[in-house]
Amino acid sequence: MELLVASAIGILTAGGLYLVLRLRTFPVILGISLLTYAVNVFLFASGRLTVGAPPILRDGVSTYTDPLPQALVLTAIVISFGMTAVVVMIGLGAYLGSDDDHVDDQPAGDLHRPEDAG
Amino acid sequence: MSLFFIVALPFLGALLPGLMNAAGRAACAGVTFTVSLAAFIGLLTNLPSVLAGEVVMARVDWMPALGLNFTLMLDGLGFFFALLILGIGLLIIAYGRHYLSREDNMGEFFTYLLLFQGAMVGIVLSDNILLLLVFWELTSLSSFLLIGYWKHLPEGRQGARMALTVTGMGGLAMIAGMLILGQIAGSYDLSVILQNRDLIQADPLYLTALILILLGCFTKSAQFPFHFWLPHAMAAPTPVSAYLHSATMVKAGIFLMARMWPVLSGTPEWFVIVTTAGLLTMVIGAVIALFKHDLKALLAFSTVSHLGLITMLLGTGTAFGAMAAVFHILNHATFKAALFMSAGIIDHEAHTRDIRRLGGLRHLMPVTFVIATIAALSMAGIPALNGFLSKEMMLEEAYRTELFGNVWLVPALAVVGSLFSAAYSFRLIGHTFLGKVRDDYPAKPHDPNPGMWLPPAILVVLVLIIGLAPFLAEPFVKLVTASVLGGAGEVPKAYFAIWHGLVPALYMSIIAVVGGLILLALFRPALRLWDAAPRPEAKAIFDAVVNAAARLAERLILPLHNGAFSRYAAIAAVAILAAGFHAWFTGTVGAPSRAMQPASPVPIAGWIMLVAATGGLVFLHRNRFLSLILIGIVGLMVSVAFVYFSAPDLAMTQFTVEVVTIILLLLALNFLPNRTPIESSVLRRVRDGAVAIAGGLATFGLAYHYLLRDAAALPISEFHLANSYKGGGGTNVVNVILVDFRGFDTYGEIIVLGIAALLIFALTETLLDGPVRARLLNRKPDQPRSGDKHPMMMVVLTRVIMPVVMLVGFYIFLRGHNEPGGGFIAGLIVSIAVVMQYMASGFSWASQRLKYPYHGVIGAGVLIAGLTGIGSWFVGKPFLTSAFTYVRIPPFDKFELATAALFDLGVFLAVVGAVMLSLESFSRLARRAHVDDDKHPMDIDPSRDDPPEGATTPAKGGV
Repeated sequence: MELLVASAIGILTAGGLYLVLRLRTFPVILGISLLTYAVNVFLFASGRLTVGAPPILRDGVSTYTDPLPQALVLTAIVISFGMTAVVVMIGLGAYLGSDDDHVDDQPAGDLHRPEDAG
Repeated sequence: MSLFFIVALPFLGALLPGLMNAAGRAACAGVTFTVSLAAFIGLLTNLPSVLAGEVVMARVDWMPALGLNFTLMLDGLGFFFALLILGIGLLIIAYGRHYLSREDNMGEFFTYLLLFQGAMVGIVLSDNILLLLVFWELTSLSSFLLIGYWKHLPEGRQGARMALTVTGMGGLAMIAGMLILGQIAGSYDLSVILQNRDLIQADPLYLTALILILLGCFTKSAQFPFHFWLPHAMAAPTPVSAYLHSATMVKAGIFLMARMWPVLSGTPEWFVIVTTAGLLTMVIGAVIALFKHDLKALLAFSTVSHLGLITMLLGTGTAFGAMAAVFHILNHATFKAALFMSAGIIDHEAHTRDIRRLGGLRHLMPVTFVIATIAALSMAGIPALNGFLSKEMMLEEAYRTELFGNVWLVPALAVVGSLFSAAYSFRLIGHTFLGKVRDDYPAKPHDPNPGMWLPPAILVVLVLIIGLAPFLAEPFVKLVTASVLGGAGEVPKAYFAIWHGLVPALYMSIIAVVGGLILLALFRPALRLWDAAPRPEAKAIFDAVVNAAARLAERLILPLHNGAFSRYAAIAAVAILAAGFHAWFTGTVGAPSRAMQPASPVPIAGWIMLVAATGGLVFLHRNRFLSLILIGIVGLMVSVAFVYFSAPDLAMTQFTVEVVTIILLLLALNFLPNRTPIESSVLRRVRDGAVAIAGGLATFGLAYHYLLRDAAALPISEFHLANSYKGGGGTNVVNVILVDFRGFDTYGEIIVLGIAALLIFALTETLLDGPVRARLLNRKPDQPRSGDKHPMMMVVLTRVIMPVVMLVGFYIFLRGHNEPGGGFIAGLIVSIAVVMQYMASGFSWASQRLKYPYHGVIGAGVLIAGLTGIGSWFVGKPFLTSAFTYVRIPPFDKFELATAALFDLGVFLAVVGAVMLSLESFSRLARRAHVDDDKHPMDIDPSRDDPPEGATTPAKGGV
């Protein structure tokens, strides 16, 4: 089980990193989202993996999973939504303003080239 | 009045002039004057204690661990400077009210002026040198704003920049010097430092600290070779020149030298550096001043010269020198501020400050003539005026000073400086006021209204009083001198008088005045000589140095910072990886302490889906719609994983966030191209793939290792589990942590979320106001529109389930404290319910039914959460302490009432507002794109149905 979670984190990170290194805004945003999943699961896993013991206090139950990482990750998920929304807005604004969705500065004179996506 | 109030008043008052701007110029100046007057009176209430020789203190610990405390001290020296700052400040405010024209923004001016005043008072009352540094930098900043007040003038902007650069660099040096000083003395409190003269002067770092601190003082007080910024700062409005550049700010460096005099002075290093710099500045400033044709430039260089004189006096390190310096600070402030104001009057009335275009003004402006003449004669050192007294003390001190083993050097240079000083003072009178009345003034000069001439007149009266009756000023000057000297010297017995007998200083004075008259008589040939002589132009040198620094910085930064985001991301990823590998190979890893848990088929199936979706996303990301579906699968699998690993709250949050994120990305994709073109080379893709795989392996290794080992220290979660019910009154520990144990974090987070949403709103507004708007309006959708914009089934269904979803949200919210749920999740669920209405029934239909703007919802949420936190203050508990109780109202079962639920309500509202404001902003872009907005929620676009035979493309757009 640990192997599954750790490899999932690794694969999400690898996919996220590859997409972040792309040249257009949309794949970069997808890459950031993948990295967000990876980081959230990573933080969550710092409480170690527990099956079937939610942190809801019950009479007669003495083992619970670690609640603190859960609380931290919960807010992280909501904040990452806010961050994604801002980044999308910036990317969209840049695209609408210049008709260009490259993340890298383009050489001067090459800024308004016709859209080549179909 | 407490010292805190005296310092705080100008800062608080700085808020007022801007507000009073609309109420008129008189109100604006009036409120500024009142604020200054209040601070002035507050200062005077401390006069009895100061006269009694006490040191008034006020202290609040700010950051005690850093040695930075808000400690204020008022002794003779501080009182003297604060009196100058606030007293002359009052006159300047009165003068400025009449000086500024109707086009000038008076509120802005007085705001800056009060900021400056507060910072200046802060410097002279600080007892902590770190606090003093804070105020020191504030004066640099506020003076930058004041010099550049006339933003339309390039000279103003350039002068402001130069002043900020020079004084800012000096300030940086001084920070280092002060830190060294504090380290040596073991305290950053001046009162402690001043007691440790021997310790500091014996320290090997004394010279370093001295040079660094003097750099700060010399740049601020325009000492050679840093004098060049002051004349360029004269582009400021004249009230600013009179206030900052004659009476107060340029004296800050001198103040600091006087303040530090007991610990820093008396050593050969101090003597040589300070005296030499002062002497050179005095002579050079005086010589340049004589040949300046701009009245304010002449006065600026004469200020440079007089500042040099005071510096030289402090540099001698004798008690008599210190007393002469204090006395000259007082005298210079009075006559120079009056002269600047007179120059401002001439500029204001004659519309020129060029001496060559003036002359004969004594008949046209008799009042100004009298004021300026008395002040200028005082500057020249004519008996019966206060300038004479301190200048004679200076000459006497110079006569006794021996520099570089030469007894003649200092007296001779002092006489030369005084001679030129007398000459330019006479030139100011002679070439401006005397002579024939001309007929080619740019404007017809006449005396201004009393509002403008009264302030300098008051100063000139002081010049006369001190000059005629020096014994009146004597006790005060001696009191101030005593606090300058501290324990390091005895106040001199010498008394102040006009006639001291036939002493050497008198002969030197006579030589200077007579020589000055002769020089003025020979002015024309002297000017020709001066114009012919080659001189370095300070501004050109300064610009060259700044440009060279800028070019160097460009050369260093541009190759790395080339605007390519993907390069930065790659560099960052590789750097983080390298740091991780370094830690990995230098650290130690213990043996696994946890057993691997067996994996059942369900998690394996989930893992396969997650990996397949991620892999598909990487390989198919060019198809953007498909990639949205794939990332949705990834999110779902992550939620499932949360459920499986005992995190129901997380699963619910992830699930709902997933929904709104996908809607958001769909809205964005509406405008973005649907495909990502292939641009990067194979080599580049291989490189990126290598970085990605290395990063993936690294996180895999890290996660795998710690998942199999227990935490090195006992986790603090035990505390939360044990106290959740007892202390927080809830059984859902995650929710109790969010709203109670770590409520402050959550409070910060909802604020961040709100700011993010407002940012999106602001960006949308900017886009819709700019050129993008036209493009959006003319945009042709790149996909065929749906003919059935609002499918009836969907409309009906969403309206029916709306109350149900709201109910679920309410339920999730209420049970949150004890069962999975809470404000965050409930907020997201309710947002989805509202978004469904937008999607099904259209933007305008949903907006019409919206009662509360989303900004208000965010604000209400943050406010409710904040007020809940503040509520605990009223029962004497810290911010956000929660309380709960159980009540029973028959026939219901016993239930809980907790303040945490109120806090959670704030969280709920903030989340709803933020999510909805973001989504609404995005859809507003789309709404502008199709001008035709739907009137009815269930309209059908007939053009889409049954396209006519032969039509190749379906009609786009709407009805």
